[in-house]
Amino acid sequence: MRRRKALGDQTPVAWLLAGPGLLGLMLFIVLPFLLAVVLAFTNLRLGSPLPLEFVGLKQFARIVSDPGFQRALFNNLVFAMVVVPLQTGIALGLALLLNRGLRGTVVFRTLFFMPVVFPMSLVAVIWILIYAPGASGMMNAFLEMITWGAWQPRDFLRDPLLALPALMLLSVWQGAGFQMVILLAGLQSVPEELYQAAALDGAGRWQQFLHVTLPQLRNPLIFVVLVTTILAFRVFDQVQIMTRGGPQDATTVVMFETVQAAFTRQQVARACAMAVVFFLIVLFVTGLQRRLLRQQSEVA
Amino acid sequence: MNTSGIARKRRWSGRAAGHAALIVSVLLFIVPVLLMLIGSLKPDERVLVEAGTIKALWPDSVSLQNYADVFRRADFARFLVNSLFITGSIVSAGLLVNSLAGYAFARLRWRGRTLLFNLVLAVMVVPFEAIAVPLFYQVSILGLRDTYVAQILPFIANAFSIFLFYSFFIGLPRELEESARVDGAGVLRTFFFIIAPNARPVFATVAILSFLTWWGSYLWPLMVTIGPGVRPLPVAIATFYTLPPLQWGDILAFGTMMVMPVLVVFVAFQRWFVRGVAASAVKG
Repeated sequence: MRRRKALGDQTPVAWLLAGPGLLGLMLFIVLPFLLAVVLAFTNLRLGSPLPLEFVGLKQFARIVSDPGFQRALFNNLVFAMVVVPLQTGIALGLALLLNRGLRGTVVFRTLFFMPVVFPMSLVAVIWILIYAPGASGMMNAFLEMITWGAWQPRDFLRDPLLALPALMLLSVWQGAGFQMVILLAGLQSVPEELYQAAALDGAGRWQQFLHVTLPQLRNPLIFVVLVTTILAFRVFDQVQIMTRGGPQDATTVVMFETVQAAFTRQQVARACAMAVVFFLIVLFVTGLQRRLLRQQSEVA
Repeated sequence: MNTSGIARKRRWSGRAAGHAALIVSVLLFIVPVLLMLIGSLKPDERVLVEAGTIKALWPDSVSLQNYADVFRRADFARFLVNSLFITGSIVSAGLLVNSLAGYAFARLRWRGRTLLFNLVLAVMVVPFEAIAVPLFYQVSILGLRDTYVAQILPFIANAFSIFLFYSFFIGLPRELEESARVDGAGVLRTFFFIIAPNARPVFATVAILSFLTWWGSYLWPLMVTIGPGVRPLPVAIATFYTLPPLQWGDILAFGTMMVMPVLVVFVAFQRWFVRGVAASAVKG
């Protein structure tokens, strides 16, 4: 009797267990998401005398032709194209070094991972000091040292050319350890026999890396690359604290524009349209990830 | 013998090069951290002046004056308590709510399960930034601006946490529940006394990942907090940085105190941190 019940329907107790979680997701993710989609098609602006009405795709047309938003999208894209390969490359290099079983590996791993526990707002403040203008600034002094005095001191965060790279560098610093740990776990799960077999076939170090390590790391690499790509589109804290999008929109990003629209200009509908565009970008990247991972499992 | 000697020598030089590369990278990596720690012990006016010299990492004199100044110039204790309370609430309530949901999806038979699980997977794709603005209006309409509730309640239920729990529970042996059922235990009893004690790694993973996410959260508290009353540390340090006069020693002391508790926990449990982060990728 009890056994039959156990094998049967557990709907009431399942709802009890899953209910709070599902309710939370509905109220605080699904509902605001639908709200954003609906509002993006209206003209809602707080404090505006105009009546609320449906305006179709007008908000989207506006943001697409807004130079600030175009620049923001462009900056996010540049950010992703530089930070993703750089950070992944550094993380992979560190993971390979740590995977060689050298003495003190745990200490090194701990130190490389340490920036990950630093909140980005604190990282931003510390790096404002590092980027201090003038010859006595730490970054300026460092660049002067490694170029044998050829470097002329710059004001990184107020330089239209250098401000975005400056933000990229600290993002790489904060994020590389996270990726390194994931790649290191991937490396450690590569079966030793594969390397032995490759060595027997006469493969050198570099060939082993190309034909054993990289294919075996495919899934962690795809994961790391796409998570970092999404993070590159979510960038906000550094911009808000260090540059406020300046100088001359050189560091503005989609999230910064969205917050500006919503809070500085009270343009609720436009901010929602930006959020929808932002979501579509993330959706595209995620779709790409799922597709790449699926291809892999079909091959295997 | 000769060749093995060469091979050994090559292996030794490879090791030395590996160690050298590691040490140089580590030094570059920890410079910002050392700048913060050591700068926090120096007189305010010396921090900026000496930032480009070796004295940035090697102080002449050491004092805790900056730490005293932080408490004089800002309500640091309050911000710390706010951060601990907000993050602690999200993490602990999240562990309960999301593990129960993950268990229901992994192990119970019920109507709507597949449909709702697909909903969870779909929700996982929505980044917080995409819903921050409408969520802010939602919270404002409810009159919850500048409260703890607004900073805790929306983040307890988490699709990714549910998914991590689901992935772990689905891999547990069925015998666990069957033996409990023979003893006549109900679903809740089975979960709390049989399943949860066997699922410590996933609880640790979810706790660490959600802690890291919400402890450093800046955008949302920037939006919903008004005064210092319920303001957490990440917003507080950005505000403290803009508080005139610019005192770098104080700012770095604030930063050191802000990160130190986490750093200590991290060093003590670093294996768990590393395992947790690695697990997030394998399952993702």
